[in-house]
Amino acid sequence: MMDSAYRDILHRCFRCGWCKFPLNYTDFNCPAYLKYRFESFSSGGRMWLIRAWQEGEITPSERLSQILFSCVTCRNCVEACAMPGIKDSLVDLFIEARADMVERGTIPPLVRDYFKAISVGGNPYRLPAQDRAKWSCGLGLERYQGQEYLFYVGDEGAFDELGQHMARSVALLLRRSGVSFGILGSDELTDGNDVHALGEKGLAEYLARQNIELMQELGVKKVITLSPHAFHAMRNRYPLHGSTAAVYHYTQILQPLVARLAPVLQGERVVTYHDPCYLGRWNGEYRAPRAILKSVKGLKSVEMDRSMQNALCCGGGGGNFFTDMLGTGPDLAARARVREALATGADTIAVACPQCYRMLADAVRDEGAQEKVRVCELTEIVAEAVPA
Amino acid sequence: MDRSAVIERLKAIVGGAYVSDAAEELYIYSRDQGVQDPHLPDWVAMPASTGEVASILELASREKIPVVPMGGGLVLSGLSVPLRGGIVLDMKRMNRILEVNEHSHYAVVEAGTSQGMLDAYLRKHHPGLKHSLPDAPPAATIAGNIAIHGSGHLSQSEGGFHSEMVTGLEVVLSTGEVVKLGSCSTVPAWFSRAPLPDLVGLFLGWNGTTGVITKVGIKLFPRPKFHDVLVYMTEDIDLAPMVLNRVIATSMAEDINYALAPKPDYLNGFQMTVINYTANSEDELIFKRKKLRSVLQDLYETRQSGFMPIPPHMKAGFLEAPQKALSKFADVRKGGGFEYVGAIMPIERIPDACRAGMEITERHAITYSLGARIIGRGSCAMFFFAYPFNRVDKGEVERVKEALEETNETALRLGGIPWKTEVQGQRLILERMDPATKGLMRRIRGVLDPQGIMNPGNWEVT
Amino acid sequence: MVCHAESVPPWEMFRWEGGGFMASLRFDPEICLACESVDCIMKCQYIHMDLARAKEEHDRLTRGEMSSILKDCVTCYACEEYCPSGNHPFYHIVELQERLGIHPVPIPIEKSQVVMMGPRGKIREMELKSPLINMCFFDMMKGGIRGSLFEGATTFGGSDVFCNLMFLHFARNSTIKERLPRMIDNIMHCAVEPSGTREVICYHDECYGTYTSWARAFGVEVPFTPVHLFEFLKRRLMELRDGIRPLNVKVAYQRPCSNRLCPETDSLVDDIFALIGAERPKRTYEYGNALCCGGVPEAAQRFDLVDDIRARNVADMKAAGAQYCVFNCPFCFWTLAEPVAKAGIFPVMMSDLCLLALGE
Repeated sequence: MMDSAYRDILHRCFRCGWCKFPLNYTDFNCPAYLKYRFESFSSGGRMWLIRAWQEGEITPSERLSQILFSCVTCRNCVEACAMPGIKDSLVDLFIEARADMVERGTIPPLVRDYFKAISVGGNPYRLPAQDRAKWSCGLGLERYQGQEYLFYVGDEGAFDELGQHMARSVALLLRRSGVSFGILGSDELTDGNDVHALGEKGLAEYLARQNIELMQELGVKKVITLSPHAFHAMRNRYPLHGSTAAVYHYTQILQPLVARLAPVLQGERVVTYHDPCYLGRWNGEYRAPRAILKSVKGLKSVEMDRSMQNALCCGGGGGNFFTDMLGTGPDLAARARVREALATGADTIAVACPQCYRMLADAVRDEGAQEKVRVCELTEIVAEAVPA
Repeated sequence: MDRSAVIERLKAIVGGAYVSDAAEELYIYSRDQGVQDPHLPDWVAMPASTGEVASILELASREKIPVVPMGGGLVLSGLSVPLRGGIVLDMKRMNRILEVNEHSHYAVVEAGTSQGMLDAYLRKHHPGLKHSLPDAPPAATIAGNIAIHGSGHLSQSEGGFHSEMVTGLEVVLSTGEVVKLGSCSTVPAWFSRAPLPDLVGLFLGWNGTTGVITKVGIKLFPRPKFHDVLVYMTEDIDLAPMVLNRVIATSMAEDINYALAPKPDYLNGFQMTVINYTANSEDELIFKRKKLRSVLQDLYETRQSGFMPIPPHMKAGFLEAPQKALSKFADVRKGGGFEYVGAIMPIERIPDACRAGMEITERHAITYSLGARIIGRGSCAMFFFAYPFNRVDKGEVERVKEALEETNETALRLGGIPWKTEVQGQRLILERMDPATKGLMRRIRGVLDPQGIMNPGNWEVT
Repeated sequence: MVCHAESVPPWEMFRWEGGGFMASLRFDPEICLACESVDCIMKCQYIHMDLARAKEEHDRLTRGEMSSILKDCVTCYACEEYCPSGNHPFYHIVELQERLGIHPVPIPIEKSQVVMMGPRGKIREMELKSPLINMCFFDMMKGGIRGSLFEGATTFGGSDVFCNLMFLHFARNSTIKERLPRMIDNIMHCAVEPSGTREVICYHDECYGTYTSWARAFGVEVPFTPVHLFEFLKRRLMELRDGIRPLNVKVAYQRPCSNRLCPETDSLVDDIFALIGAERPKRTYEYGNALCCGGVPEAAQRFDLVDDIRARNVADMKAAGAQYCVFNCPFCFWTLAEPVAKAGIFPVMMSDLCLLALGE
């Protein structure tokens, strides 16, 4: 059974549909609704169905699981909802409903496989833990042993090809900017953000505690994360389990430092920045990444119609990056986002999250737009503009 | 045809991903946000083109399966809930904006285009133009709104109900036949219904019982740069017609609304006339403001009424379009629900309507928000009796339902007609309607829907 | 409760027993009858008449009779300052307006405000200490209580500690008399006593005016020590002197009506400016000549007057070369910020200007 604090507000959804849109109504902004288009897949539909389920009017089924696990936890609905009594609780409520399903065991196989891979192997890629260090090979980065910051790269940074590329680029720029940091290499543990988002709260808490213990053992006081997902978990949930470390996303650390490197691009570049949900809507950081772009001379920045709190999620959140609940097709959020970027005339989509990186890069390929636009992480753009 | 064959056929038409008979979809599409009873559909289908709609209707006609077209599903009186099962056609995949004509000021959109997206599109691509936005949430559709004779923020200054702003339609009849109506039937442009014999009206206000609208030509109007609001506060309901008419007569206002509610407590016992006005320059805005104020000068000098000062943070709420505050009304009882009787009525009946609304709600022990929007330079008002409820409080839901039914009767007694009303209200209207009018309605339906499959249960003339 | 001596003091002649509270205005008609200069009317910026006519109307008011002044008064409070004898001409006008049934603001708006600003009976538990700041009804502005300037300060506010003095503008002294004792009680029990200090810094100038000028005029005891916000700011700026980087900007000051009740605090503006390196350019409308922001006259439906005084006020600031306009009163800010900004002048609250000088 769901916690009564959530069950008691389920009936306050008016199913008015504000949740489907960003604040400027440009287009549907809920990745699940955009893909499936049934009312049941909008936040409002989900609310009514959760209530119907909790009241016994409908029984849990594969379809209901699909509906519940299709939410990418992007928080657009929280921004847009018109009902003050439920607005702030919407995504938490969906996670609660998922947690209830997890407890009952009625979860989609893809979700179950994700949990299993993490429980058994410590990462969703089913790759050996020692491979976590591979991304840093040849860079000469120091292990953490009391430096000012721990630089935490997470699962994608360690195992996804684009994530590794990003981790390397960020690490090099941090070093170049004089930031004192160390890494954990193969000792890194998965952060558990997406585990929590998928409703496996027990596992997420276990992972949090493990990470906190490790960091406390090592005396870590400040953490820089590669991924906004880890940033969100470590900043907002880890303190609930006793963490006292200060947590930053790498864009926040680099923002005041990049200008000193006097980056200048050769040739003009038109860049549009894609706000990652776990940095933007979840944690209110819209400025630092943009300031980094602004400090690169020769770079023209353009905004998509939906930016900042209106940004369209890449569709990777809520575990979808791994469970692939939203499948494929032209109505995938990432593909819609690429089309939106193309409409700005940009030749580059700048990202600050390894999940966004992968989702959007794949979408560029699926849209057949490789000649028109490329996806590039922020520090990769800066690196092109800074003399070696 | 058996059920499994129907769904296979539907899947073949729209694609497997866009048809459902799952319990979850049937649950959601069986009910809307109001107090009407739920009725399950058999299938939900989401077409992406006129051709797909036509194929579905051919199938439905052949197999005598009811069809209920649905836009945003925000009508609140259950008009897109299938009373006799069948197929709910969720039209919202058909949401392309097909044409905007800047010189002749119209847009052509697919039926499922949302109000919000059309507004956003115009702001970006044609910033000098806008359409009349209803105060429904942005997810409401253009076709859904015109089909129920909706109204909105340009209804006072620019010519009435949104149905009056339609320049043409493409519809699919119950047989699957696709028909164009208005100038677009003869020439490429969708600029008007005149001078042809007007058939568009056969699909407006009929609750989807005559066919499915697939495309709409809608008038566009200038979008002035400056926008401000005046709010006039009175303590006497009987002043309403005079105040409203004086403001209408200035021709300076864009949107004129009248409202009263017992909450917040500092507004209890008072009425607000909200006057939205726009201008192309600061000077014009100031001129209009002065003119609007001056027509009420003799009234405010008595100190019995006056213009409310509005601090900047409150003003933003009044200037918003669509107004989120109106959706928020559903949370007044912390229960996610409200439904209203919208009665189209002569302006001079507004005070009696206010009194009736307060009396009905007192007797039924529910709360209210009452008010009116002026339509068409003062030819009538859309008076709303809105009753919020807490969805989990079955007693309150029942009392609201009874109050709404009584309000339908009251609206008619006062000389108004309930708008987009559920079956009970439709019956009350039909009881009073001229038999010749009813007879014509029945004959037209017989021609357009010989199988009786189009949203059956609605507008049934016996 | 005010204790009355056995003989009836002159001001008791005009005791108004509206509400349940027996406060009465210390007004001596003899003083007015003997007055030759009639400064209260002659210096008024909104009512213009020659001395002979002014004396006539003045006498009517002194006798408690109807006068055109009761309808034309813009309620800017300035005559409280102009009166050389401190005989409370404005408070007297308000008493008369109420007694004679004159409503400066339309009645529905007046009644609505009485309900809106009324006490809710809800005061939350707070941990309070010195410096203790009374936000009055402007709890929504407490985001501005930040930085080193306000370090360690705690705030309280809301309708249950609201001074209610705004009802002077509505000719409702009765509402103030009715509510103020409870407000003072609430302030004492919920803020002053738990905090361990008797000093209450008044965020809003009008609050300070209530607990000094109005309370004294109506014989209401105030058991705490009100401190003007600008006094506190000056004190803190002196303590933080080393951290100040002079702003070197020209700043116009929008003096609120309520400051007319405590004109002795007006010089604090100059003191603060000196500390933060702000230059106060010479203006036509300032100090004794300051113009009302127009917010209340707008509620009183005096639209042409409002347009006129706003235009003159902002033009005056612009002509003086002001780069900033600093506000004392949040209501003035809400009313004038937009026209000031449109004239290319940056609107800012005084505490924010001080924080700017501290680089925060």
